[in-house]
Amino acid sequence: MKILVCVKQVPDLESRFVPNAAGTWFEEAGLAFRMNDYDEFAVEEAVRIKEQLGGAPEVTVLSIGPGRVVETVRKAMAMGCDHGVHVMDQDAADRDPWQIAAMIAGFAGPRRFDLIFTGMQSIDRGSGQVGLLTAERLGIACVTTVVGFSLEGRRATAERELEGGARGVVGFGLPALVTCQLGLNTPRYPTLPGIMKSKKREIECLSPDEAGLEAPLTMVSGFAPQVRMGSGTVLEGDAVELAAQVVALLNEKTAVLRRGGAQ
Amino acid sequence: MKTLLVAECRQGRPADATAELFGFARTLGAEVSVAYIGNPDDLPRFDGLVYFADVRDSGEYDPDVHKRLLLQAVEAGRPDAVVFMHSSWGWDLAPRVAAALKAAQVTEVTGVVGEGYIVDSCNGKMRRTVRPLTTTVVLTLQPGAFPALQPGGAPEIHLLRAEHGSNVEFIRYEPPPADGVDLTRAEVIVSAGRGVGSREHVELVKALAEALGGEVGASRPAVDAGWLEHSRQVGTTGQTVSPALYVACGISGAVQHLAGMKGAAFVLAVNTDRDAPIGEVADLFVVADLRQFLPALTAKLKR
Repeated sequence: MKILVCVKQVPDLESRFVPNAAGTWFEEAGLAFRMNDYDEFAVEEAVRIKEQLGGAPEVTVLSIGPGRVVETVRKAMAMGCDHGVHVMDQDAADRDPWQIAAMIAGFAGPRRFDLIFTGMQSIDRGSGQVGLLTAERLGIACVTTVVGFSLEGRRATAERELEGGARGVVGFGLPALVTCQLGLNTPRYPTLPGIMKSKKREIECLSPDEAGLEAPLTMVSGFAPQVRMGSGTVLEGDAVELAAQVVALLNEKTAVLRRGGAQ
Repeated sequence: MKTLLVAECRQGRPADATAELFGFARTLGAEVSVAYIGNPDDLPRFDGLVYFADVRDSGEYDPDVHKRLLLQAVEAGRPDAVVFMHSSWGWDLAPRVAAALKAAQVTEVTGVVGEGYIVDSCNGKMRRTVRPLTTTVVLTLQPGAFPALQPGGAPEIHLLRAEHGSNVEFIRYEPPPADGVDLTRAEVIVSAGRGVGSREHVELVKALAEALGGEVGASRPAVDAGWLEHSRQVGTTGQTVSPALYVACGISGAVQHLAGMKGAAFVLAVNTDRDAPIGEVADLFVVADLRQFLPALTAKLKR
């Protein structure tokens, strides 16, 4: 069995984002990057399947981006992936979901993976398209937003997360692509020996064209902070004084403090 | 512009959010047709064409079959835009249709500017305008971003024919876990967001909730970080609440969260970033470090 995991490197969202000159995305200088949260669930699930099947499946991890993403590929290898692949793409931030999916499908098609895991979306862009577009291009089954997954032979069962905490249970045969949601598993921390071992491993490097890059279907502009119009009272200052002001205002404008909860 | 609005049917009922699809079309001044895989006795009411397939034949979740039905509707009506709500059904189906049409897709649209669609990025802190380069575009709309509109009228029906055969089989629905917290009846909710910063600081939020006699809530990022359980999540994929007081601690205010709490009578927001979108709905916005302010407020309330 062959498993592919697709991972993206994303910025720390606590950062302050400065638009680039073209207004398409942010300036990278000074930002810290890490593995997309949902992709960690994807890596963990792939490694668990490998362990459940006695180590037989080969797990390949793929990431697209500039040189910095190698660090994320190595993290996935330290978590238990066998092979690392890097599509070296300096312009990855300006690619649209169609182009990213074209490269993943271009890489995956001839290699005939039985299972592909991706995150349900990236936390910085959140298109939620790449997994589905990849599966559709490959002509394989795709199940999204998965919070439960099990495999018996070449038949899989998955639970999709629906609104309000409900779930939809679906069954499908391999090959298939699964997009992972929070709740599927708890990603492991790489062990020190795992980290040491991953550092020595070779990572296959492809160019975007070798992977199968296509022309974009969208054009982006106007990357900027949200425009806001506040309407309420804004208070600033010393915490203790603020607390007194807020209690006074809550007493004036709401009835909640008189209902006995605060005593 | 011609739009094909794709209405969702969930557990036998049409989704309320269908009204937002109509609101979006009105915002654009677009011509409307609707695709509906549902029950024949609850067709969307408007004066126009409904591409209809019976859910008892086509299933509620059957992405392969639904994709082919929608492609039939697109073939027949040649819309410029195929529009879904960004729900667990819509976000799953839209890219399948986009892939088949080789059409650009724009996900979670919050607004329209010229030929472009505005979307959030970086957890609602930033925005971008995405312009499709293909003649047909597939869109999903962020819940709560467009006004709900019930046009009324009697649709003309165009029957779609389901071709069966699917690579994913729907087995059953599982209801939400019963041990969940019901926030919908809480008088006071104190919610933690990403800005709370760490699991330890969630304790400050819990202490304030206790001092106010309220429940603890969470935004999606706080749940994703594992600080609070999913049953406490407020927003489009969590609960929709309407307390007398809603305290948003370190919550930036992504539209998905706002959609779940905009029914609150009074909103107190605590955030270090005075530009945070939560300011749009806050009656009282305290610009402060919650590590100092929350203990001070809790102490003041306990006195």
